[in-house]
Amino acid sequence: MDGRPMDRRRGHLYRLHIDPFLLWGVLILSAIGLAVLYSATGQDLGATARQGSRMLLGMGIMLVVASLAPRYFLMWAPWLYVAGLLLLCAVAIAGTGTGAQRWLDLRVVRFQPSEMMKVFVPMMVAWYLQKRPLPPRLGDLLVGAALVIVPAALVAEQPDLGTAALIAAAGLSVVFLSGVSWRLIGVAAAGVVLSAPFFWYHLHDYQRQRLLTLVDPTGDPLGTGYHIIQSMIAVGSGGLYGKGWLNGTQSHLEFIPERSTDFIFAVLCEEFGFMGVVVVLALYVVLIARGLHIALEAQGRFARLMAGSLTLTLFIYVFVNMGMVIGQLPVVGIPLPFISYGGTSLVTLLASFGILMSFQTHRRLLSG
Amino acid sequence: MVDPLVIADPATEQFVFRRRVWVAAVAMGLLLLVIVGRLLKLQVVEHGHYTTLSQDNRLKVVPVPPTRGLIYTRDGFVLAENRPSFSLEVVPERAAKIDEVVGALRPIIDITPEDQARFQRVLASKRRFEGVPLRLDLDDGEVARFAVERHRFPGIDIVARLTRHYPLGPEMAHIVGYMGQIDEADLKVIDVPNYGGTSHIGKNGVERVHEKVLHGRAGYQEVEVNAEGRVQRVVKRIAPEPGRDLYLNVDAGLQRAAMEALAGYRGAVVAIDPRDLGVLALASTPSYDPNLLANSQRPRYYQELRDAPDRPLFNRALQGQYPPGSTVKPFFALAALDYGVRNPSNTAWCPGWFSLGGQKHRYRCWKKGGHGTVPLRRAVVESCDVYFYRLAQDLGIGRMHTYLGQFGFGRKTGVDLPAESTGLMPSQAWKRRARHAPWYPGETVITGIGQGYFLATPMQLATATAILANGGRVLPPSVGGHARDRGTQVAIPLRPADKVPDIGTSTEHLAEVLEAMADVVNASNGTARQVGMGSTYRIAGKTGTAQVFGIKQKQKVKNEELPEHLRDHAWFIAFAPVEAPRIALVVLVEHGGSGSGAAAPIARKLLDNYLMRKADARQLTGG
Repeated sequence: MDGRPMDRRRGHLYRLHIDPFLLWGVLILSAIGLAVLYSATGQDLGATARQGSRMLLGMGIMLVVASLAPRYFLMWAPWLYVAGLLLLCAVAIAGTGTGAQRWLDLRVVRFQPSEMMKVFVPMMVAWYLQKRPLPPRLGDLLVGAALVIVPAALVAEQPDLGTAALIAAAGLSVVFLSGVSWRLIGVAAAGVVLSAPFFWYHLHDYQRQRLLTLVDPTGDPLGTGYHIIQSMIAVGSGGLYGKGWLNGTQSHLEFIPERSTDFIFAVLCEEFGFMGVVVVLALYVVLIARGLHIALEAQGRFARLMAGSLTLTLFIYVFVNMGMVIGQLPVVGIPLPFISYGGTSLVTLLASFGILMSFQTHRRLLSG
Repeated sequence: MVDPLVIADPATEQFVFRRRVWVAAVAMGLLLLVIVGRLLKLQVVEHGHYTTLSQDNRLKVVPVPPTRGLIYTRDGFVLAENRPSFSLEVVPERAAKIDEVVGALRPIIDITPEDQARFQRVLASKRRFEGVPLRLDLDDGEVARFAVERHRFPGIDIVARLTRHYPLGPEMAHIVGYMGQIDEADLKVIDVPNYGGTSHIGKNGVERVHEKVLHGRAGYQEVEVNAEGRVQRVVKRIAPEPGRDLYLNVDAGLQRAAMEALAGYRGAVVAIDPRDLGVLALASTPSYDPNLLANSQRPRYYQELRDAPDRPLFNRALQGQYPPGSTVKPFFALAALDYGVRNPSNTAWCPGWFSLGGQKHRYRCWKKGGHGTVPLRRAVVESCDVYFYRLAQDLGIGRMHTYLGQFGFGRKTGVDLPAESTGLMPSQAWKRRARHAPWYPGETVITGIGQGYFLATPMQLATATAILANGGRVLPPSVGGHARDRGTQVAIPLRPADKVPDIGTSTEHLAEVLEAMADVVNASNGTARQVGMGSTYRIAGKTGTAQVFGIKQKQKVKNEELPEHLRDHAWFIAFAPVEAPRIALVVLVEHGGSGSGAAAPIARKLLDNYLMRKADARQLTGG
């Protein structure tokens, strides 16, 4: 493995610390995303351009992050985590009782710290576990769990269950990859199942409603059940080849809720059909496979755990979002990577790709 | 590669990690297959079914917002109504270019650059055949001028929307409150589908507390749309249930008189009917105009109010916490009688000051020369401080806390208005908890004259006075009287009729205290004797002067010589007629000087207003 010859053809991309697989995957997905978004927003060029500029910004950040050596992430992990936690606390305190502020202003403030935690939490857990003996012992696992639960609970209180679940999943994926025994995983899973009634009791009414509509979507006519049915009609009527770009009736007649953000996958399905979806899925598979490859090749525990976790998180994004649109998972506010409209989650995602690229392209320097 | 500090087998570790990645990869692959399988089912197997559904899918569900209930006073004045507000809307596909339109409109209706900017913003999110507002809040002249010229402007029309209007404006603002845009905090507590098509929600006052009653239930209609999304016809309509009208206990005449009497002061008036604890008036000055809060012509009005030094948004009657001063003496007198610490004939010697055994500090009576030998009734009538210093010492802070707590001091009265303050009825436990310090005997002494840590809101004092006047029945005060269904006109009570707890005082003790309060107003030595002069009905009352500024021992300062913000707060509590009380009243004038001077005359004016009206006067002279 050490004696691998230098790949001359990738010379200058390597010097820029860019991984070509990830770069092309991201570029093609983003291009498809902009096209779908243009249609989903009712051909709103302004919104599409805004999203495009956010993509450029995100890619700039991706390149900067990629050029940093992995040891910096290791060095900064605890500080980034603490800073993110403080921001979450600030939101929890300052976010109450300000009735005069506008929804959008609050939304921006609310989303920033919780989105960043999707990267900072796994980073912190990896940082903690990398200096302990692996597979981790029970005590270390409990510390790791606490590192995950505190920010996830803060976000869940906002309340933003979708993001909280993603943060928890990102952190726990590190624990999983660190080699924790299957017996412990079984015990934890049993614990979750047993505590489910407790969580049910603590859910907001609308959250319970969302879970219930999964069982019977024909429930309330104005609520989420209606949305899921409309979303499934959009997907199903798309057929094998789709109705064609800008021709989706479900989306253009506003039957699909949140059609430019969380439900944009329904627009994609309706206008590009099964074949179009398969292309997009294939692109995600390329990104995920490359991410796992990077994780397997990565040098050092921290890089391994981090790369694996970021890749698993990407998969969870894709799976949960698609599952929601096709009526198999409850409605939670999770965007479809590179395609949904929205700034902060996109930038965070691209930054995590920068981290992957950094692990991949700094390998030689480390081993040399 | 591996951290040298950790003793582990790198090869095993690598192997475990590899295996985990493969497990994850297989799991992900399977889950993706589930997605693909589901997509195949929806898009290939059931494609025909969904295509039919999608082609038939021309039905859209549109929420229809309910009309909000109106708010009335008990005497039938409208406090909140829904008025049409006119805006100018442009349908882009039918209108000329917007610049030309604005140019042509200029002589008729003024359109500012801000209006145009907002128009462009909204335009981006609408379809070509949907109306986009160009100007909001047109006045009557503009509406009339446009109506004449309308034929020149295809695709432009005047659209009326209902907005909330408060005819009595600032006079009722602290009761009725106002509405505002639904924000994120509201979204967490409301039933969102029920607010479909509704943009505003009660933010303060009755509008907020009785939101559920006033709002009603949203209806919806299923409309058929064509491929462009234009509405073709309404298929089904579930009518909204309009909100219920709300009738308050408030008396508009008394409220107006209270606001006028307080004009120019910072202060508060609360009037309560002791029989049912209905709030007859709640005035707090200065006030604000709730109509301007929603007015697009005054975008900075809220900031102006928030930053104003005399805080017009602050509801002094409900949120203002002041030392109650001597107004609490009747309550402590009753406590002493009920606990057997005093009987009516017990006297105290007042040389003009009091001191605790073994201490030099002199607690002064307001009357420098002293009252001499005073029995209980005279102590209330002349407001002798020394008598109540001793009485407090004998009662002890524990019993004072418990007894006055029954009247609602130290906790929210539970009136149906938001953001009520609790006031503070101190106790040993409170001081340990809040100040981490022991309770000192001197603090008991000054609590006896309503000073020290003791704080009360005008609403608390009015409630306590009403409870005293009704013989000790403890009810929460209520602003809302009943709701009325608009269709059936059936009155619906806002609160379930609960069993009413009782203070449990004896009739003789209560009579003694109430007579003492009557003497405050009617006897020749009463501190508020000028209030009772020439009255055709009997008033009972008590003055109070709450110190803001601690005057040092031996120092002599006249209140009038102090700067205004250090002057005493003036209180007066009253109820009338003594024989069968129909109104209990509290007047507070911030920094007004003395209770008898500043607050008592206002109270008389208001009692006359309420009790001496034509119908009432007949009743009084007849009875």
